[in-house]
Amino acid sequence: METIKRYFRPEQLREFSLVFLIVAIFMFFGSQIQGYFSPRIFNRVTSDVAIITVVAIGETLVLLTRNYDLSVGSIVGFTAFFVGKQLSFHPDMLPLFALLLAIGTGALMGLVNGLIISYGRVPSLIATLGMLAIYRSMLVAYPGNKIVVTSDFPKWVLDLGSASLFSVGGFDIRPVVVVALLILVIFQLVTAYLPYGRRLYAIGSNPEAARVGGLPAQRIVLFAYMLCGTLAGLGGFMFMVRYGDLNTAVAQGMELQAIAAAVVGGVSTNGGIGTMIGTVLGAFMINLLQQSLLRWLRISNFWVDAFLGLLILVAVTIDAVILGRLRDIWARTGLETRPGGEKGPVEKEEIHAA
Amino acid sequence: MLRKLEWLKSWESLLLAILVVVVGFNAVSTPHYLQVGNLINLFHLHIEEIIVALIMTFIIINAEIDLSVGSVMGLAGCVMAFMWERKVPIEIGIAAALLTGVLVGAFNGFMVSYVGLTSLVVTLAGLIGYRGLAHVLLEDRSIGNFPEWFDRLGQQPLVGPVPLALIAFFVMLVIALVVLQNSGFGRYVYVIGNSKDAARYSGVNVRRVKMTLYIASGLISAFAGLLLAARLGSMRGDTATGTELTVITMVVLGGVSIFGGSGSLYGVLLSILIVLNLRNGMGLLNISGDTQTGVIGALLILSVLVPNITREVRDIWSRRHRAQRVQVVKEQKGG
Repeated sequence: METIKRYFRPEQLREFSLVFLIVAIFMFFGSQIQGYFSPRIFNRVTSDVAIITVVAIGETLVLLTRNYDLSVGSIVGFTAFFVGKQLSFHPDMLPLFALLLAIGTGALMGLVNGLIISYGRVPSLIATLGMLAIYRSMLVAYPGNKIVVTSDFPKWVLDLGSASLFSVGGFDIRPVVVVALLILVIFQLVTAYLPYGRRLYAIGSNPEAARVGGLPAQRIVLFAYMLCGTLAGLGGFMFMVRYGDLNTAVAQGMELQAIAAAVVGGVSTNGGIGTMIGTVLGAFMINLLQQSLLRWLRISNFWVDAFLGLLILVAVTIDAVILGRLRDIWARTGLETRPGGEKGPVEKEEIHAA
Repeated sequence: MLRKLEWLKSWESLLLAILVVVVGFNAVSTPHYLQVGNLINLFHLHIEEIIVALIMTFIIINAEIDLSVGSVMGLAGCVMAFMWERKVPIEIGIAAALLTGVLVGAFNGFMVSYVGLTSLVVTLAGLIGYRGLAHVLLEDRSIGNFPEWFDRLGQQPLVGPVPLALIAFFVMLVIALVVLQNSGFGRYVYVIGNSKDAARYSGVNVRRVKMTLYIASGLISAFAGLLLAARLGSMRGDTATGTELTVITMVVLGGVSIFGGSGSLYGVLLSILIVLNLRNGMGLLNISGDTQTGVIGALLILSVLVPNITREVRDIWSRRHRAQRVQVVKEQKGG
């Protein structure tokens, strides 16, 4: 029991149970729906998950610091629409330049969020709720007609969306999927090993302690918002490539999906808890379940949101009730197994006091 | 003399000054702005939002938040429309809609106060989930043709030039003022907002107060949803989307701290008037609804950002001032 506890944390339990659930969903619906393991469903789910994954990873960075970003949906929408418009005006724009334009726009928007929140000391909820409206109205007020259609784009955009880097028996691996996986690996490593990543956790678990401990909290949070905006800009580019048809309502509500993915994946909205892998597993499970239910029950698309709301509540409740208790058990054994017994650290303090 | 002028520095007086400017601008730019008809119209066009802002004031002072109000409005209206579509008498539909509001509010309140989840997450899930249920009920249909008396209550004046919704708002405003500023329950709302733990240790039943507030929020939102259905004469799955942004803006702009424990209904009343006049003025200038929402968003951020910056500047100023004085004193001692 002790060895299990040493090599195994409650957070990992969450990830294992998500993997288990995903496999269970696969098995169950595979036996219920004909042609469930077809390339079409696979391609559809992976491309959708790829976009939301990139956005949700950015959101997780911010959530870890005990802040929120409710404006990512508007950032994704604005960058997709803005870059789409630019491409329709200048069809000979270099693909790399279009990508940089999207990322730069997102980074700039994230920077504005971060400045208002970390240096202006505006609560993140207020600031990003306001920016959600501002970025969206910037998109609506954008001059010219309010839609971009597939025929406006140069050919490479459309090719990029349906291209496959390699394919195994019809199961395509799309470029967007590879990009999402790369982002996942990078940010999982950053948050797990780099000082910057660990500081995000430190600030989220106890902002006051982090400040007293000398961490430049303002700068770290600012940078987290900038990264979140950058990833949302990248998400906007992927959105544009994947869907082609854009209007002023693109990606509306994506901030809720991103937060849902993170919360289902075990990221705490009180900061300091969660992993990137968890977020991605959460995004994958939500999308898989939605697509499967749509095909299985032949229920209408209208159930999707009602279902998403329920899923968030269930995830948070499980977190509060079960995982909270598990963490208590782990924390207690952590004290007991310390050399010198349970009172080890306390005695040391008493010596100093004497 | 100086003490008498102290109130000039308060947030409310700043709001009053802004209000005077906005109203003055509107009155000068449009001749029939100050007519009774337009002034009633001013309230009537956003009456649902300002009714919900009253209960939101209580919830934010209590250091919680309710993001689901817009979705509850939509859900309640859709419940009523769904039953009306199936030939259920409208009175029963109205009762069912109000009951839905109570149930939904009780559910939010239970999750927040008894299960102990963060209100932001619970009501965010509600924002998505209740809106989803509204879409499930009506799918993409638009239900109208309510009984004639129902539409008339929403659209026509009831007493003199004043419609029902406006009377309801003023009655609720008076009740809210009395409850929040003059009753024991109102004190509890402030105390819990200041420190939940201190309130609990002093024997305040924190859970019951929060539960009451969320049930009231659900009920009032459902009522506002019905008023909206009557005013529009029809209901759709996405009616009242995004109401929470305007409502929270009104409350926070009114000087209520998002961290709870401070603020007053007078400030909220002033900020309601500012937002309404601003929208009206922008409408007269032909600015589209989406841009108006953007301006409201900017107002929301600025209402917190500007006081923060001025405080920061004042702090730096006084610190420098004090440092100079200390130096002067040191020099005197040295001499």
